[in-house]
Amino acid sequence: MDLTTLTINGEVRDIDCDPATPLIYVLRNDLDLTGAKLGCGLEQCGACAVLVDGKATLCCNRPVGEFAGKEVVTVEALENDTVGAAVQKAFIAEGAAQCGYCTAGLVIAATSLLKANAAPDRDAIIAGLEEHLCRCGSHARVIAAIGRAAKEIGNV
Amino acid sequence: MSKSVFSSPSLSKHPGLDEWVSVGADGRVSIRSGKVDIGQRISTALAMIAAEELDIPLDRIDMVRTVTGEAPDEGITSGSNSMMESGSAVRLATATARRHMLALAAELLGVGADTLDVDDGLIQSRETNRSATYAEIQGDKAFEIDVDPDVDVKDPETHKIVGEKIAPLGLSEIVTGSYRFLHDMKMPGMLHARIVRPPHYNARLKTMNDETTDRLRQSGIEIVRDGSFIAVAGADEFAVIRAAERLFAACDWDMSGALSEDDVFERLTANPRESRPVENDGVPQDKPVPPLADPPEGAAATLEARYDKPYHAHASMGPSAGCAIWQDDGLQIWSHSQGVYFLRDAVAEAFDIDPETVRIEHVPGAGCYGHNGADDVAFDAALVARALPGKPIMLKWTREEEHAWAPYATATSMKLRASLDPDGKVIDWNHESYGDTFNMRPRSGPNMAGAARLLSGRFRENPPPEFIPQPAMVRHMGIHRNLDPLYVFPNKRLVKNLVRDLPLRTSALRTLGAFGNVFAIESFMDELAEAAGIDPVTFRLNHLEDTRGREVLEAVAARMDFGADDGIGRGIAFAQYKNLKAYAAVGVELEVNDAAEVKLRRAVLAGDAGEIVDRDGVAAQYDGGFLQAASWTINEQVTWDRDGITSRDWETYPILGFDNVPEIETILIERPGVPFLGAGEAVSGPAGAAIANAIYNATGLRLRRMPFTPDAIREAAMDA
Repeated sequence: MDLTTLTINGEVRDIDCDPATPLIYVLRNDLDLTGAKLGCGLEQCGACAVLVDGKATLCCNRPVGEFAGKEVVTVEALENDTVGAAVQKAFIAEGAAQCGYCTAGLVIAATSLLKANAAPDRDAIIAGLEEHLCRCGSHARVIAAIGRAAKEIGNV
Repeated sequence: MSKSVFSSPSLSKHPGLDEWVSVGADGRVSIRSGKVDIGQRISTALAMIAAEELDIPLDRIDMVRTVTGEAPDEGITSGSNSMMESGSAVRLATATARRHMLALAAELLGVGADTLDVDDGLIQSRETNRSATYAEIQGDKAFEIDVDPDVDVKDPETHKIVGEKIAPLGLSEIVTGSYRFLHDMKMPGMLHARIVRPPHYNARLKTMNDETTDRLRQSGIEIVRDGSFIAVAGADEFAVIRAAERLFAACDWDMSGALSEDDVFERLTANPRESRPVENDGVPQDKPVPPLADPPEGAAATLEARYDKPYHAHASMGPSAGCAIWQDDGLQIWSHSQGVYFLRDAVAEAFDIDPETVRIEHVPGAGCYGHNGADDVAFDAALVARALPGKPIMLKWTREEEHAWAPYATATSMKLRASLDPDGKVIDWNHESYGDTFNMRPRSGPNMAGAARLLSGRFRENPPPEFIPQPAMVRHMGIHRNLDPLYVFPNKRLVKNLVRDLPLRTSALRTLGAFGNVFAIESFMDELAEAAGIDPVTFRLNHLEDTRGREVLEAVAARMDFGADDGIGRGIAFAQYKNLKAYAAVGVELEVNDAAEVKLRRAVLAGDAGEIVDRDGVAAQYDGGFLQAASWTINEQVTWDRDGITSRDWETYPILGFDNVPEIETILIERPGVPFLGAGEAVSGPAGAAIANAIYNATGLRLRRMPFTPDAIREAAMDA
């Protein structure tokens, strides 16, 4: 076992684990941050996305050591982020989830997108969701929610 | 109040009001149901119904988790039955509760019950200023009466909650990451477990390398083995995952019983089969199938076509998970199964223990859309828990397991033939459907019928006898779901064929046979319309007497510009799910681009699901159901070779992405006071056919075999 120092949701945490362990297991099992979901372990579905230095990053297959020294933010901390909170509100307003298993990853992707591009058009929104899948068919509502969040943020 | 038109079969099994409703000393109301949340928002709809009948705000309702021995046994959450069964039961139960509490209040206050109003759980008399609360009257007390199936319910004109657009229960927790899925459960002393699966269905373990097993054990990994069922368990999840990989590499398998690589569509109509005629509004008959007669004399045209649909996976976003603990006093399981009572009985059967000693609590998982891996993984967890008693076992399948081991929807073939008279009316209709079973949920019965249908049973040292499915004989079940069209056709010959010796494990996926049957019927209707020289909407209306069906079809047609000459392909299709549940008409606009890709541009959906309770929830079943069915139609097929399933992840089983999402317009027909129909599966079949019809409209290519991939479109273009 090795000690890895991570900054998670603004807090510095020393994690004692096999450095090969992908970050998702550390978040979910060691830090009780279960918002990010394990969907594939293959970086194919997006359910595990977290913000790393403000950018949506998949963490189901990348060892925890790669995240040392970086700012990791999970869906649990987005309520304190202007953009993140607007995205969460917009997802609720649009009913943009059914089972909700992919939702945390989508909320992270949307936050990442709107931080980089405050007024994305539909194509930009779709491009921002390229790494994400949804099985219940909430896609149209997710796209609408991101458009709504962009508007809300723009009006503030 | 108004006379109720609502009734529920659940009440004959669970007539007691206390089984459904209780009032706490704090005035909160608990509602129990046997139907579980799988993303379809049933809890939200049930809470809205209860709040409406009881005149209390929605946030004073608690939806109680479904637990065996505690919740009403309402079978499986499936078949679009939940609103009719549980929704109606909860409406009648809460109306009975309200009437009962008002009668008690009238006595207490010395006034007539008809002088009482309720607001936020406060019962007030219009004649005096006296009042009482639900909590004072009924708090923590049993009702000890039965639900009155004839109780008056709220007049829909007075509804304040039912029919509103609200955020579903749990969504604010979902978007903030605090919603707890089964996968997120944690218990003191919990061990993670993973399965070491054989390469394919029939492979069996020959030997395991002792050196590897010794090393794993020394590192703290538990190894559980029962025949060819092999699992590893330990405290650290990632260490367990790696242990499973190492142990797999240390296994030598007997690979006999390779999967057949023959063309499954050839096998569907060539293999041995059980055939049954389907008559009387969709009911199979236990008698010989009448031979196919020649087309009637006087037929102006006779068309024949065959449509094919491949195997489809549930492909849940979250690999299935189960948690179990085996203790002296019994077995406790946490599961996201759609049918906890069925699962309980099947697990008890597998272990030869009293079902009363098994307690299963439903905890939400990822959307399942039918019989995915949920039941199997619960049994897997129980198998490990039994070997490691006293320890909570959290067992999660891998992405590969969910894709390769969960049951599939069978591949199906639909052979149709119909004749038209000179006026373009159908005068003869033949439809035969072929497929494997949809009926492999673990339902206990003779010869360990429940245990035999749990995946890992077959790998144990002493497996239960193999379960041989028989043709389902219930109305609109399995292969013959929506085989009988809602259109009025004379001389219908309908046949279901349960085909034997097909290669893959199959069971229930959203809509069962209806997806293939409606795809075939509604594609064929367009082919017939063209042969008759009549536009597709008029041709359908000429054969459709059902006024509610006509209304949804006309609602979509009015929003589609079929005459436009703009390079956009337009298609329409219609069905009523099971000819009994919700109605759906679908209009699609799409383009087929230079890369032969189908690009969806716009979809118009019209639905009639009876009275609308959770407005946005019903809409989500239509727009979400459309996108899922579009994915089946355009993208999906399970693949395999002799050594096993080859579509084992999202790259080898690609589903619809965000880059192919049309603008969606959903129109819901208002039917206040009309029985609930159940909306979850209505749109799927019409979605597939509308896309096929729109591709034909765009390209002149009639695609009859899904999926409509660029390869399929290029091939069709070359054949044209």
